[in-house]
This record gives sequence, structure tokens and C-alpha cells, in this order.
Amino acid sequence: MLSSLLPVLGIVGGGSSCGGSSCGGSAAEGSSCGGGSSCGGCSAKSRDADAGRRDFLRHATTMTLGAMSLTLLPGAAPAEAPAAAGPGLAAGPGGGKPVWGFLVDTTRCTGAGKCLTACRVENAVPEGQSRTWVERYVHYKDGRVEVDLVPETGYADSGEPQPDPDDILRAYFVPKLCNQCVDAPCNQVCPVHASIKSPEGIELVDADRCIGCGYCVQACPYGIRFMNHDTGVADKCNWCYHRIMRDEQPACVEACPTGARVFGRLDDPESEIAKRLATLPTGVLKQHLGTIPLTRYVGLTDEVT
Amino acid sequence: MEFHALHDRPFVFPNDSHPAWSIMIVLYPYITGMVAGSFVVSALYHVFHKHELRPVARLAVVTSLCFCGCATLPLLLHLHQPLRALNVVATPSPTSAMAGFGFIYSFYMLVLLVDVWLIFRPSIVARARTVPGRLGTVYRILALGVLDITPRAAAIDQWLVGVLSLVGIPAACILHGYVGFLFGAIKANPWWSTSLMPVIFLTSAIVSGISLLVLLYLFLCRRSGFAVDDACMKALAQLLWRFLVLAVTFEAIDLLHVAYEREEEWHVIRELLVTKLRFSYFTLQVLIGSVVPLLLLPIPAFTRWFDAPFRHSCTAVAAVLALVQVLAMRWNVVVGGQLFSKSFRGFVEYPVTWWGREGLVAAAIVLAMPLVVFYGASRLLPVWPPEAKGSGH
Repeated sequence: MLSSLLPVLGIVGGGSSCGGSSCGGSAAEGSSCGGGSSCGGCSAKSRDADAGRRDFLRHATTMTLGAMSLTLLPGAAPAEAPAAAGPGLAAGPGGGKPVWGFLVDTTRCTGAGKCLTACRVENAVPEGQSRTWVERYVHYKDGRVEVDLVPETGYADSGEPQPDPDDILRAYFVPKLCNQCVDAPCNQVCPVHASIKSPEGIELVDADRCIGCGYCVQACPYGIRFMNHDTGVADKCNWCYHRIMRDEQPACVEACPTGARVFGRLDDPESEIAKRLATLPTGVLKQHLGTIPLTRYVGLTDEVT
Repeated sequence: MEFHALHDRPFVFPNDSHPAWSIMIVLYPYITGMVAGSFVVSALYHVFHKHELRPVARLAVVTSLCFCGCATLPLLLHLHQPLRALNVVATPSPTSAMAGFGFIYSFYMLVLLVDVWLIFRPSIVARARTVPGRLGTVYRILALGVLDITPRAAAIDQWLVGVLSLVGIPAACILHGYVGFLFGAIKANPWWSTSLMPVIFLTSAIVSGISLLVLLYLFLCRRSGFAVDDACMKALAQLLWRFLVLAVTFEAIDLLHVAYEREEEWHVIRELLVTKLRFSYFTLQVLIGSVVPLLLLPIPAFTRWFDAPFRHSCTAVAAVLALVQVLAMRWNVVVGGQLFSKSFRGFVEYPVTWWGREGLVAAAIVLAMPLVVFYGASRLLPVWPPEAKGSGH
């Protein structure tokens, strides 16, 4: 609960959302909650717990952070490795760090929008901003290509007029999320070490360090980053770092009904992502920019930007 | 991947709907540009001994200092976490172009402060000895206890001013070239990503600095009743014309290059120019801000046509238009670069607001602040050379 309240208090950026009382909390998104099996999971609704308890926790948080700040010099390394990795994550099969990957299969996505809601709730993403979204590409028989955003409710309940199937040559959905670039421009440009790469290679935002200059937002070629209206610091998809560090799937992956989003360990040949990557041709977004994205796509077309 | 007429339904990435950088980021390079530009004028006198510029040499260095002192103001107003601003110098990231700002800015500010102190030291010491009361105390503090103004000390001062100006020229160029680099190094944005950006920013900075000096000089002459130095105005007009030619040339080369190559980003840039930036680019930056002053300036710069007041008026009008040009250029780069989505399939609006931390009123105050500081500085420091005589004084 403590870490779930931190975003509400404006102390962290909203990356952590652990709801279990057993978790150690985190002062920065880069820290693991270490929740493990006793962690109760979390949702934005749970953050609206009774005010008295919240006041108590606010003071407790301030004191905790104050105590923590005594141990951290201003120029110290911005993020430490998670103190308590989930079971099976401490080392890869070869004894090294886990090698994570994310696969988006556009041929499986049906535009249900479940992933969008799951992400928003899990990460307390403000309305009008997105850590992830799904694009619909419609190629018409007359040569036009139209792109729009899949509503969080899915198209069935959106009430918007839909294209006539007789006019359509082909159509497909493309989920977008952080590409976790190996050579991430957002990380490169951050002036204060607030954009940090976790030891596992996940690009994170240290909400306690971010000065809110917006340079990383400009530098991300994929439009993934945004200035969070609620916290006033940069925000982005981090593959639900707080979940994957305790051996859970990212919220969007868990919510996807068709298996279009696959997260897992590339260094485990038995993992689903490793099996699919071994058999399917994949590509990455804006390859020409040389950012070396870790998020790979099945069924990318030239139209997708 | 093209943005063309067949895409009759624009598509914008959801996080691109609100431009992350506001009018304050337009003003930041605008103000730092004036810092660099006016310092170059000062250095032309102190280092390269361009004696025609003597009437504005002191004015230039004080102007540079006053604008430099206010250069961080728009950045602070823009930061979402202004209380953490000093993290940029406390915990800088060596890979970030932006992290260099604190150091480059501080170095330049230090050079400027020492430069100004040395240039004005004789005046400060003289006043520290003669002016009574609180004001005298201010001068005694400003003198820093160094009251030696013998010819030998003055010679050392002059030598140091030359050295500092020599150091200051590359520092000023780095300061503003660096500002251009902040934009030019963003490969995510095809409107910004060009290696010419630092050069464009630097040349236009010098244009804005010279223009500012022209207007300040004429205004102060009028206000103080001093006679306008025709040779100085001619030299300023020549400088302004030459740097405007350079700035416009680099800007044109950059655009022509993108247009001629017609790579994928050209389609969105073309749409941007002919729709969103049509007025601010073609009308303000190109026509009013570049073509008109380029045609007007040769009269005061290279001819003796008409009488001096008319020629000075031509220079003043050209200076105003050049300031508009540079402001429009900053706007077109900073705001223009955020008016298209990184999807390259649609455009967004920049919400211009009157009020708020990043509104037009705040922007006007930020623009006025250096002039307010200049007013205060000019009360303390004699911006005119000692031999200047006013008809009214």
C-alpha cells in the first residue's frame, strides 16, 4: 500500500503499484517492491483507501524517504539493482542476468482494448495520456490507408461509425509500447540521470530525480514518453517492471485475450517468446534510427511508424 | 510511409497531442542569442579593435551580461520540477547535451562578469572614492577592494579584457551553437535533426544581438540627448547585413537540402510549412524578417544616400524586422517541430494561452526582464564611453 500511495503523494511517478502490505515499498520506480507471492497486487482503485490511513502513511512515507535520503548522496548512482528479485529472476539459465524480450504479434491482435485498460489501471496513467496504445491500420481498395486509435472499450462499444468491409483491402492492429531500446535516445539525453536502465536492460524513469525538462519526450522517436499531468515528471511504459521483477507478466500481456503480446525470457528456450521468435519472422519499429529496440513485431508493414 | 493527400484521416500518437515544450523554450534561445550577439560586437572592439564600434562597446558588454543573467528564467518557468533545477549541475549525465548547459552557461557568465568588472573598474573605483552614502558603499563593494587605477594597472586591465574577450568569443559561440545542437541532435524529429542547426542558431543569434544593440543605442541616444555616431551606425548596419546574409543563407540551404532530397520526412515538413507555419515562416521569417531588411540595410550600410537620420531609421527598421525574423525562426523551430506527430500522419495544435506560467503574459515579462535589469545596471555603470558628449548634457 505504501508504494501505491507514493504516486498519489506526488513522490514517485506512478510506476510502482504494489498493493501488498508485505512489500517494502520503493522510493523510485527503479526499485523493486519485492512483493513476491504475498503481494496482493494492485489497482488504481485501491489507492482511494480511507483518508486517515493515507495521512498516516503520508507521514510514514516522508520519514522513510528522509531516512533513505541520508544514505544517498546527491551524486550517487541513480538506481540500484533491485534488492529482492522474484524467484527465478536472479540469474539466467547460464548464471547470468535474465534476458527479457517482448513480442507483439500484429496478426493476433483483435483490437479488444483490454490491454489499454489494464495498463491504465495498473500504472495509474492519467486520462489523455498513454503508456501503451493500439493502432488500427485500414488499407482501402482505392489505395487509401487510414490509421486510428483503438478505444479502450474496443470498437464494439465505441459507437463510432466503422468502415464498410466491402471497401477494405486489408486491416490489422498494431499495439505500441516502449521498445526498450538498447541505445535509447531518451536515456542519452536526460541531463540528470533520471532516465536509467535497470540491470536487466529495462528503461526506467527515476521520478525523484526527473526535473521535468521534457527533453526525453522530444528524443523518443516512438512517442512513448510523456510528461505525466499528475506527477509532473516524465513517464513511460517500463514493461511493468514492478510485476516482472516478481515473476509476473506485464499487465497488458496478462489482459490480452489473444496472445498478441508476449513477454518472457529469451534465454529460456522453453519460454513462449523464445519459441515464437524461433519460428516467426519479426521486425522492429524505425530500424533506420539505430536505437536497437528490444520489442519485436510480427507482421509489421511499411505503413507502421 | 508517407503523409499525403490519400491519408485523408490524420493520425496522431496519443502522447503527441500536447507539445512538451512551450513558448518559454522559444524565448530561451532568443535571449541567449542576444547574449552571444551583443558580446560579439563588444569583442569586435576590444579584440579586433574595430574602433567605429567604440560608442556601443560598453553598452554591448553590459547588455550581454543583463541578458545572460536572465537566460535561465524561461527554463525555470518551463521546468515541471524547478526546485530540482540544480540537479543539472549537481548530478549531470555526461551523455546528455542538455547537461552541458550549466557548465557552459556558468563559464560564460563568469567570463562576462570579470570582463564587465575590468572594463568598468576605473569608473567603479572613481565613484567608490567620491560618491557618498549607500550608493558609495555599493561602488566600494563592486570595487572588491582593488582601488589601484594607475596607468600600469589600467594597462593590465586592458590586456586582461583583450584576453577575456578572446576567450569570450568562442565561449559565446559555444553557448549558442550548443543551444542549436540541443535541437539538431534530436534524430526523432526530422524538422530539428540537422547538423546545420548550431550554425543557424549562432548566426541568427548574432543578428539578434546586433539588432538589439542598434535599437538600444538609438533609444539611449535619444533619451540622453547624445548625438548618434554615424560611423558606428554604419558599422553596425554592415555587421547586421553580413550576419543576416549568413543566417538566411544557412536557413535556406538547410530547407533546400531537405526539399531537394525529398526523403520520407519531407512530406510532413512540406505539409507543416504550407499549413501550420505558413504565416510564421513565409510571411514573418522569410518575407518581413529576411527579405525586407536585406534590401533595406545596404542603404545605411554601404551608401551615403539620404541624410543620416533617414539612414539611421532604415537601420532601426531593419533591426526591428531582424528581431522579428529571429523570434519567428525560434518559434518555427521549437513550436513547429512539435506541431506534427511522430506518426508523421497528422498535426497537432499549440495551445497559446494568455495566463499561466507559460502563457503570453509570462513570456512578455520574461522578455522585459533583461531590459529591466539593464536599466538598473545602466544606473550603476556608465554605458557610454568617457568622451561621449550629449547635446543635452
